[in-house]
Amino acid sequence: MDDSYVNEILAQYRADPYGYVDSHTIHTGSINFYVKKDEKVEGVSGEWRHISGTKLYSLHREGNDKPVFSRSSGIVSSIRTDLEGKFVEAGEKVITIRYPLKKREIIEKILRRVLVPFKAPERAKYFFSLDIQSRIDKFGHRSVAVKPGDEILTMSLMKRDTPIYYQGEPGIIHSVYFQPGITMEQDEPLIGICPAEKLPVIQKVINRVKAEWE
Amino acid sequence: MEDLRKKLLTCEERLTYLSHIKAGDEWGNIAGLRENLLTLRDSFYDLAPEKITTKVKSLEEGLHFLETRCEENLTPMERVRIVRSPLRFSLKDILENVYEDYTELGGAEETNIDPSMVAAKANILRRAKNKNFTQQVMVIGQEKGHGEEYRNGGSCKPWGNEKALRYMQVAQTEGIPIHFYIFTPGSFPIEDYPGAAQQIARNIYTMTKLRVPLISMISEGGSGGAEAIGLSDFRLMCSHGYYSVISPEGAAAIEGKIREGGKVPAELIESCAERLHITARDNLKLGTIDRIIEENPLGAKHDDFSFFKKLRYEVMRATDEVVLKTKSLRAFRAYELKLEKSGESVMDEPQIDISWDLNEDEIKRLLQRRSKKYRQMAKDSYGGRTANLTSFMQRLKNNTSKAYYSFRYDILRSQQKQVKQVIKDVSGESSVFFKQLTAPFSAAYDFIIRKTDGKNVKLPVSGGYGDALEFGDTYTSPLANEDRTVTCPNSEKYGCKDLWVPDLYGEFCGVCENCGHHFPLEYQWYLKHLLDRNSIREFNRTISAGNPLSSPGFEKRLQEAIRKTKRHSAIITLEARVMGVEIVIAMLYSNFRNGTVGAAEGEKFAQACEKAKLKRRPFLAYIHTTGGIRIQEGTLGVVQMPKCTMAVREYVDSGGLYIVVYDNNSYAGPVASFLGCSHYQFAIRSSRIGFAGPRVIRETTGSDIPPDYHSARNALKRGHIQGIWDRRDFRRNLHKALHTMGGRNLYYR
Repeated sequence: MDDSYVNEILAQYRADPYGYVDSHTIHTGSINFYVKKDEKVEGVSGEWRHISGTKLYSLHREGNDKPVFSRSSGIVSSIRTDLEGKFVEAGEKVITIRYPLKKREIIEKILRRVLVPFKAPERAKYFFSLDIQSRIDKFGHRSVAVKPGDEILTMSLMKRDTPIYYQGEPGIIHSVYFQPGITMEQDEPLIGICPAEKLPVIQKVINRVKAEWE
Repeated sequence: MEDLRKKLLTCEERLTYLSHIKAGDEWGNIAGLRENLLTLRDSFYDLAPEKITTKVKSLEEGLHFLETRCEENLTPMERVRIVRSPLRFSLKDILENVYEDYTELGGAEETNIDPSMVAAKANILRRAKNKNFTQQVMVIGQEKGHGEEYRNGGSCKPWGNEKALRYMQVAQTEGIPIHFYIFTPGSFPIEDYPGAAQQIARNIYTMTKLRVPLISMISEGGSGGAEAIGLSDFRLMCSHGYYSVISPEGAAAIEGKIREGGKVPAELIESCAERLHITARDNLKLGTIDRIIEENPLGAKHDDFSFFKKLRYEVMRATDEVVLKTKSLRAFRAYELKLEKSGESVMDEPQIDISWDLNEDEIKRLLQRRSKKYRQMAKDSYGGRTANLTSFMQRLKNNTSKAYYSFRYDILRSQQKQVKQVIKDVSGESSVFFKQLTAPFSAAYDFIIRKTDGKNVKLPVSGGYGDALEFGDTYTSPLANEDRTVTCPNSEKYGCKDLWVPDLYGEFCGVCENCGHHFPLEYQWYLKHLLDRNSIREFNRTISAGNPLSSPGFEKRLQEAIRKTKRHSAIITLEARVMGVEIVIAMLYSNFRNGTVGAAEGEKFAQACEKAKLKRRPFLAYIHTTGGIRIQEGTLGVVQMPKCTMAVREYVDSGGLYIVVYDNNSYAGPVASFLGCSHYQFAIRSSRIGFAGPRVIRETTGSDIPPDYHSARNALKRGHIQGIWDRRDFRRNLHKALHTMGGRNLYYR
């Protein structure tokens, strides 16, 4: 069962190892394309994401020529060239950018499917509770099991520390998404919990992705 | 043999230095000499000593010939290369060889807040009547180091300039002269606190009235960085140094419109260096320096001890001159005159002991002379001066006004103040006395009819501000006459809807309804919306920007700007009212050469300060846009920084209220002097304030900056400005600021 589950997941990504980003028109207007099908495009770049990507198309409305730039690097996999120079409605899908998934992205996608996220209840700084932290220091976080009602985190907000109790499926702490002392936004995942029985399977998938993917 | 080998090594050094000056081996016979030298070096031990001696001698002769030819025809760019050579003397060499002993302050060598700025307490020796006297001075200057990486090439960080300021104040406390040595290609353009521009402005502002003699010597004077320690009573300059508004490479990149990362042609750099008038002779002619110190041929190096002797004499002589000019004794004056007449030929030690201590009267004279010196700078570099008769009438009018305003504000107002104070005191005393008498009765009254506390208390209300935009609909920006929409630059971030241009530039006053982004508006909009109707009286309209350095092609561009704006300079100075408050305004605007400041703008600004001082009015500098100092005016533009700051300082010291409001883009020289020195600086939303633009920062520091690096918000975070105003509330906010900052001292303290 395990192998078939692993194979099923891997086959899925092997059949289509790409991610897709669709571009929808933000408002009505006449459209002019600046790229062709299968053309390579660059995404947003720069240290502060301040250099815009390749110009994909422009929407002309009320004398305002609004350029639309590619957000991710990749290849134009589909483009509605039939709309060139014509009036389009808002929300029309006009371009799809395809980009090859990296190992990290595939692992992230797989984890997102199986892990249970524990989200930040407030915009605050978070720390593991003393008990959990000492166990993490001793055995590593993937050996620490949590169950509902456990005090797992301390929320530090306005110089006040509030204990946070775990609610959700029991399991082990697989991934940690926060850093102690760094402010996290509300509803951002803090930790990813993995049910104990699924752990070997996930580990196997990850190992195979790491080993087999280029 | 050893002697010959040393001579050969010296020849090699001289040849390398020559090829550095000429930027290659193409000039003259450098390549031939190099080939001879290499052959001789390779076969040094194979040849007979007599033959080597002959060959070394011929090499030396050849080199001497080339060096002499090179010195005779040194181009400005070659002087720049001399200054940048690692062999050139630096501040540490001066401290070692000119002064007797010294102690570095605020850090030492690499362990330092900023190793590119050195401050030291030093002693200088004077020999008179066969006796030795030592005199204390504060030495402050940039240290380039001889290839020491941590010195950052003499490019000071803002905290380095802050260190300089700290030790200037120490010198002031101790009453000792300051010797400034300028060795900088420019300041390091970063905005981190205290901020490049703001710190330079603070330095200049303090130096304008520093109560000790200030002497500066320029070897490499790179614009703002040089001005940070450059304002002085006597400015010396090395004959092979340069003093410039911008580096020749920077000027060439602007002139040639070279894209970032592109190669600037060497010929263009050469011609720009020529046009900028950066040499010592040029600067002496322009009046931006006082005297030249002659260096050895092809510039003094770190081991030219004869030069250090000359330098020691020159800085002492300059300090003596400054001090003597403040003394009232005739004998001293005669001696000073002798010094002046003797010119540059005299190289003897001054034979009398001159004390550099100044008493209160002498300090007063020193400051007056400094003020006058800077007020006169670049006086002949602008057009539109009034004819003799008009100027006489103007002077007459000014004197009458002076008498009137002195009577009104100094005599009447102080009397009025005293009378008010007496009435206040008497009424206060009488109320206490009266209270004591009536206390038992009022207590009984209160007991019978209990008062409700605070019910009838009249709360203090702020003065009648009125509606800020009561006639805002009378002027509509010409930008609104277009039937189209525009996208707000923040639309992706905040989801702003497209804005219809007639709405945006009409009803919305150029402000995005959703996120509050301010689209640029023309300066006329502000004139109409900020100031009371019919209250504007412009003055000095005729003073016009010129082309004092005869920069080729600039005359045409200037005429184009005049034709386009129907104005003669990038600054408008006016008297007006804001909600009934009389103020004087100087406004730098974008349409005229991007609001750059040259001699005409500086003069108009200084005159506006004087007018505000004369009439006891608050003074507003509204900066619609400024691109910095006008590079085509070279150092005549740079000296506007100290000149205008001096005017501001005198205005503020005499009791005035100076407020600066930045809009759109404000960069470089003006921000680093007469704007940045204001105690009250505000910005209109979406404006940018800084020292150098992103490109210069990238090219100088080698690292990129975030797109919002210069935003008003970040300037506020760094503490450079005091607040950000919405354009639509400008009038109301300004009126409020005038009242809160000025209060009862609105029309002078």
